[in-house]
Amino acid sequence: MNGWEVVIGLETHVQLSTRSKIFSGASTAFGAAPNTQASAVDIALPGVLPVLNKSAVEKAIRFGLSVGARVNRRSIFARKNYFYPDLPKGYQISQYELPVVEGGSLTIVVGDAEKTVKLTRAHLEEDAGKSLHEDFHGETGIDLNRAGTPLLEIVTEPDMRSSAEAVAYAKALHGLVRWIDICDGNMQEGSFRCDANVSVRRPGEALGTRCEIKNLNSFRFLERAIEYEVRRQIEVIEDGGTVRQETRLYDPDRDETRPMRSKEDAHDYRYFPDPDLLPLEITEPQLAEVQAALPELPQVRRERYASEYSLTAYDASVLTSSREIADYFDAAAAGAPAATAKLVANWVAGPLSAKLNDANLDIGEAKVGAKQLRKLVERIADGTISNKIAREVFDAIWEGEASGDDAADAIIDKRGLRQISDSGELEKIADEVLAKNAQQVADYRGGKEKAFNALVGQVMKATKGKANPQQVTEILKRKLT
Amino acid sequence: MHRESLKSLSEALAGGKISSVELTQLFLKRIAGFNARYNAFVTVDEERSLAQAREADNARAAGRAGPLTGIPIAQKDIFCAKGWLTTCGSKMLSNFVSPYDAHVVERLNEAGAVTLGKTNMDEFAMGSSNESSFYGPVRNPWNVDCVSGGSSGGSAVAVAARLAPAATATDTGGSIRQPAAMVGVSGLKPTYGVCSRYGMIAFASSLDQAGPMAKSAEDMALMMNSMAGFDARDSTSLERPLEDYSRDLAKPLAGLRIGLPKEFFAAGLPADIAQSVEAAIADYRKLGATTVEVALPNMKLSVPVYYVLAPAEASSNLARYDGVRYGYRTPEYRDLEEMYEKTRAEGFGAEVKRRILIGTYVLSHGYYDAYYIRAQKLRRLIAQDFVKAFEQCDVIMGPTSPSTAFRIGEKSSDPVQMYLSDIYTIGVNLAGLPGMSIPCGFDTQGLPVGLQVIGSYFDEARMLNVGHQYQLATDWHLRAPAGV
Repeated sequence: MNGWEVVIGLETHVQLSTRSKIFSGASTAFGAAPNTQASAVDIALPGVLPVLNKSAVEKAIRFGLSVGARVNRRSIFARKNYFYPDLPKGYQISQYELPVVEGGSLTIVVGDAEKTVKLTRAHLEEDAGKSLHEDFHGETGIDLNRAGTPLLEIVTEPDMRSSAEAVAYAKALHGLVRWIDICDGNMQEGSFRCDANVSVRRPGEALGTRCEIKNLNSFRFLERAIEYEVRRQIEVIEDGGTVRQETRLYDPDRDETRPMRSKEDAHDYRYFPDPDLLPLEITEPQLAEVQAALPELPQVRRERYASEYSLTAYDASVLTSSREIADYFDAAAAGAPAATAKLVANWVAGPLSAKLNDANLDIGEAKVGAKQLRKLVERIADGTISNKIAREVFDAIWEGEASGDDAADAIIDKRGLRQISDSGELEKIADEVLAKNAQQVADYRGGKEKAFNALVGQVMKATKGKANPQQVTEILKRKLT
Repeated sequence: MHRESLKSLSEALAGGKISSVELTQLFLKRIAGFNARYNAFVTVDEERSLAQAREADNARAAGRAGPLTGIPIAQKDIFCAKGWLTTCGSKMLSNFVSPYDAHVVERLNEAGAVTLGKTNMDEFAMGSSNESSFYGPVRNPWNVDCVSGGSSGGSAVAVAARLAPAATATDTGGSIRQPAAMVGVSGLKPTYGVCSRYGMIAFASSLDQAGPMAKSAEDMALMMNSMAGFDARDSTSLERPLEDYSRDLAKPLAGLRIGLPKEFFAAGLPADIAQSVEAAIADYRKLGATTVEVALPNMKLSVPVYYVLAPAEASSNLARYDGVRYGYRTPEYRDLEEMYEKTRAEGFGAEVKRRILIGTYVLSHGYYDAYYIRAQKLRRLIAQDFVKAFEQCDVIMGPTSPSTAFRIGEKSSDPVQMYLSDIYTIGVNLAGLPGMSIPCGFDTQGLPVGLQVIGSYFDEARMLNVGHQYQLATDWHLRAPAGV
């Protein structure tokens, strides 16, 4: 990729988590038997008309406000006309010239650096149905349960310069839409899917010809598809060819992208304002109401974590990857000094996340509560237990050995895990260790620093890890000089 | 009995002089006798109608009866009616039995009206003569070699031939008023948004409006009381309190200011039509009205504007008839493309195809601004003309149609000639105003002439008053074709 600049823009289809469809009262629940959630409106019977779902509008506004965008007071629903068997009306109702949301931006963290991705627009539209090619003996079945499902299509400027940035953006957006509760974020069920527009150019040159990779429904596919596509485009150009503008599909089994249609259809969608729907008018009081109901946003929280607890951008972004994690962290770190908060952050991002992953649980199902973790971390901070012992206590709480906010203390007492800070006792044990390990004593005195660590280890072993390592070091140093 | 008004039929039912079942049977018998001659009905389902009539009789016996309870009416086949074949005059929907009721049908059913059958119409309401129906032309009872007008020709003739006391109809560019004028009945197109479009098969959404056809303005008021009303399922339906359209019928007309647009009386209007219309206006003066000349300078643009906008919307509205989910599907095809192409080629008639092509063209990339956007701008100018005119008058009057009923086949090879049949009515739809046609005389051939009355927004009650007072003073609306 040397000497090449990658330019990426993303279009994300976010399924809004409304109970009913965007223009009908049919349910949007996933997984029902085919065509059982398709009303007369969804199957486009003669004479039926669309009625806009207010909740979908409210969610679009919520998104606009969370990314600092302009929420247009007046937007227009247009018809995008084309024929497809799973498009019942012969047109899709979408927003074209005047979308509900324009502009705005999203801050992403790549490594430990922040970057701002500008948004072009976000518009409301309805999803189409689904064509089923299996089980129909060479024919095609149509399931219209998904037809009319509300989508918010969020379009970025071509601001991303690597697959890593694209993935960071997709993750940040995924986190945000779940944070503000407009989308369940379920990528397997298609609630969140991206189209990536990819082109390459020599730095400083005009934008190259782009290809659009459709329907990427996992972060890994997004990353791999972009990487493949970038390599492909560079090869084409370096071999003296030109990149053709086209729509491509990513095949995860072969890890490659390929053209979606054999011939280039020049689609003319004949957009025009839908005469069945009035222009969407959004009033100031309506905006104010949505604004007032908006939770503290991830970006704001990241900044608060940085200033209140001196967390790094990376730590802050991990903790704000979901509202549940951030809320857990807030509950565990509330009012703590920065050092304790930092420890809490490490525990949330480290052992807790690992446990949740292993058990395939959400943070809401964590078996160590925020207050329990806080107490545990406090016992590390005040020297009652070491980090290592803390892992043992954490596991014990997880396994249900004790309950209540003071579970950590209960387990420390029950298992006798309190650090030995009695210097008399430690001195005695140190003397025993020194007597038993004459060779290491001699080595250390002969200049081998490593031997000292072995002696510390022996003391720790003799106390089953309960000795305060700092105290042990001091005692041994004193005795060996 | 079949010549009686809605009002007197209602009184007969209330007084126990006749039951709804008897009344329904009477009209069904007339349909059975005359429909072969006029082709006004596409579907009659005696059992279904009689079941509804029995229900109405039961409701009346139980003391639950309104002004329309037990009254049989005809429904234009553009309205979805649960369990009824609903064809919209097209082969495309020749097998479509609607699983639901249109709002208008629902409201009339709730009022106790009995559906007598579904009336013939131009295919997807596209036409001014009822010759584009898949089910053949509707014949004019004043002269069966002449057209009925369209697209609500079936409803118009059902009322004119006294096969139904009243009927529902729809008007996109004149489809209620023009056939009403051509067969000598009364027809009202309400303000856009007054009647819900839910369940009314869409032709051009921004222009379509349902309305009644009856023998008199007084009967139309009764129909309107049960047809109009807000419906949350139609986003363009207007949220207003229910109105009593009969409330102003008895008001005297003294002081009524009638606007006469000079464009409505220009050269080209046949002398016999002009005479009838002018005589009607003279009658209004006798009733105490004054007249003032008004101008509708952009009137001449209404036909071209309409034939950009209506086909544009139609081309999109009719995309759903693709053979995939319901309706006609071609029996033989190799792949999806061919299924679409053959289904639509075989399922739609020539006029519908012509308009889909025009609509597709005016919306396509590169032409959209030149046609569609420009037509929208002109539409606004046309509407403004009316608003200005209504600063000077209460209602506008003129002819409904530039000709009386023409011979079947006479204009069918010349679409532009056909399109000009709606020259006086289209502007009203573009502006979203209410318009009405009432009979006001006959031409030299003995064919009916209609007087068009245009009102300001939501002024239907006054228009019906204007119609009723005229009908109290004249008898054009009572004249029936020979043998009827």
